[in-house]
Amino acid sequence: MGDILSLVLKRLGFGLITLLIISVIIFFMVELLPGDIAQAVLGQGATEENLAALREQMGLNKPAFVRYFEWLGGAVVGDFGSSVVSGERVSTLITERFINTLFLAAYAAVIAVPFAITLGVIVALLRNTLFDRVANVLTLTSISSPEFFLGYILILYFAVKWQMFPAISSLSDGMSFPELLERTFLPALTLVLVVTAHMMRMTRAAIINLLASPYIEMARLKGTPPWKVIVKHALPNAWAPIINVIALNLAYLITGVVLVEVVFVYPGIGQALVDAVSKRDFPIVQACCLIFAATFILLNLAADVGAILTNPRLRHPK
Amino acid sequence: MSLFVILYFAALIIASCLAAFYNKQGAFMTLFSLTLVSFVLGIVGGAGTLQTVAIFAGVLAFAAGVSFCFREFLVIISPTNLGKELKTAPLTAAFGMFVIFTYAIAAIFAPWIAPHGESEVISSAFAPPDENMLLGADQLGRDMFSRIIYGARNSVGLALSATLAAFFIGATAGLLAATKGGWFDQIMGRFADVIMSIPSLIFALLMLSIFGPQVYVIIIAVAIIYAPRVFRLTRAVAGNVVVMDYIEAAKLRGEGTGYLIRREILPNSTAPLIAEFGLEFCFVFLLVAGLSFLGLGIQPPTADWGSMVRENATLISFGDYTPLIPAAAIALLTVAVNFVVDWMLFRSSGLKEQ
Repeated sequence: MGDILSLVLKRLGFGLITLLIISVIIFFMVELLPGDIAQAVLGQGATEENLAALREQMGLNKPAFVRYFEWLGGAVVGDFGSSVVSGERVSTLITERFINTLFLAAYAAVIAVPFAITLGVIVALLRNTLFDRVANVLTLTSISSPEFFLGYILILYFAVKWQMFPAISSLSDGMSFPELLERTFLPALTLVLVVTAHMMRMTRAAIINLLASPYIEMARLKGTPPWKVIVKHALPNAWAPIINVIALNLAYLITGVVLVEVVFVYPGIGQALVDAVSKRDFPIVQACCLIFAATFILLNLAADVGAILTNPRLRHPK
Repeated sequence: MSLFVILYFAALIIASCLAAFYNKQGAFMTLFSLTLVSFVLGIVGGAGTLQTVAIFAGVLAFAAGVSFCFREFLVIISPTNLGKELKTAPLTAAFGMFVIFTYAIAAIFAPWIAPHGESEVISSAFAPPDENMLLGADQLGRDMFSRIIYGARNSVGLALSATLAAFFIGATAGLLAATKGGWFDQIMGRFADVIMSIPSLIFALLMLSIFGPQVYVIIIAVAIIYAPRVFRLTRAVAGNVVVMDYIEAAKLRGEGTGYLIRREILPNSTAPLIAEFGLEFCFVFLLVAGLSFLGLGIQPPTADWGSMVRENATLISFGDYTPLIPAAAIALLTVAVNFVVDWMLFRSSGLKEQ
């Protein structure tokens, strides 16, 4: 077990270092602004006193690396400073939105993961049949469509023509859970469509890869029934690639969620990021970018660790 | 039972009988299962559903016919060697090439094809289609159709130049890393790892929020985001070539790094690189479309597909599908490129196995 532990710890350490480098990039990129943040926020017409006051208030007079460590120290405990537009704490502005986004992603994942894995395995077993070809074209189309295209098609049919679900996912406090599920169904479905296509293709490739290995042929040649080949020989070894597929696609959800939230006016963190970008509210932009990057790295890390844990060769070292 | 329904089923059954008679199993299965499915659909949804199915099948058949003709056309006009390979291309790949060809024509000859200028206001906002405007007017009263034609030039042009920039940086770094190795290889590899661990859309938003949505900023930002992917592939492909004997021989002859890359490594790694270029273009195109949908792409009044969708999205709530046309144009081009890339990848991997 010691080997596994050290491998996992090594991966964790590497992820942490990556995150640290990314925080450096995110922080110092804003320093590259022509002028500084105060100038960018107040615009060209700002008076010298206003600029000086804002610089004082934001602590811009300290050297950049001191401010970086203050920012990083705050970020670790969830304090990202305050918005330069409204003056509110960034943490209060985005905490609730972050939970909403996690809810939407989880909603999509709960539908997409079992659905996509099952379909992917079926398609792999039926490869080169008509069903496989149709699935190939459909998934390719879904991958190739921008998220907002799928989102608006769903709005056009489900919300406008058939009036089954609301087009805009406005959330309010005290909404019952079924109502919440109904309100957020269309954005979740958009994400499901995109992610399912990716996952199906990756699962199909992983399973076909596996079925080509010599021990599967051996099992077939000694007369093992087909279902037993799948359940006893292929599946235990398929977990590693499948876990990888799931984690990678959950990470993919992170990017997809931004566009989908904008299409459905969903009060999530992606929408907050886009608003902050257009208002040039840098503390919020930095906070959102760091959160997205951290989630992305965490999921990729989970994929690696999952692959290590499900690999029998590592679980039983000689 | 209307005449349409009778004709519909008669045509399907005759076609399946013909397929069965000529021993075309795949075609027979397709046609006959379509017959059975439409039987169920006809009972559940009535003649309207059948009409939809018929239109859909007609469009598919039309696309297949066009792709077939286009493939024959390409086979005839290209030199013998290339022609032989093109003959083996599946219809999907031929369809992809046809779509790419059409987009190229639209982009190059946009000012002659489009009836109006891209920022020319010719009627009231959201005016419905008439004989003057094929698809109606957009939110400022500009001709939608002309803007879609011009969009082919702007959106695809931007994505193409960004992909070229990413490819140039990534491939150069990859080739250098493969030939030089050592610390350069190590540093570039770690650098690529870090950039690839930031979600692409998020990184692009960060850069655009700081440097503003100018065209050159978008190109540079996208190039920085996607160059690491190209770097990794080029590094892997070139890494396999570098260990060959003929490279060793060239090194012993005293050839420099530049000669090695240009004359020995590049010619032997073009096939996977071209396929990667297609894939990369799809990713970049979708990212740029997403950015312009968020209002951070090419700035108005230049016509751009992503922002056109966003600006006219209100029409969707009235059940109008026009705002979806630019989005569909994005999807169609991406699918087309993917079809061609699929074929090229299959060809390069299939040849190895035999």
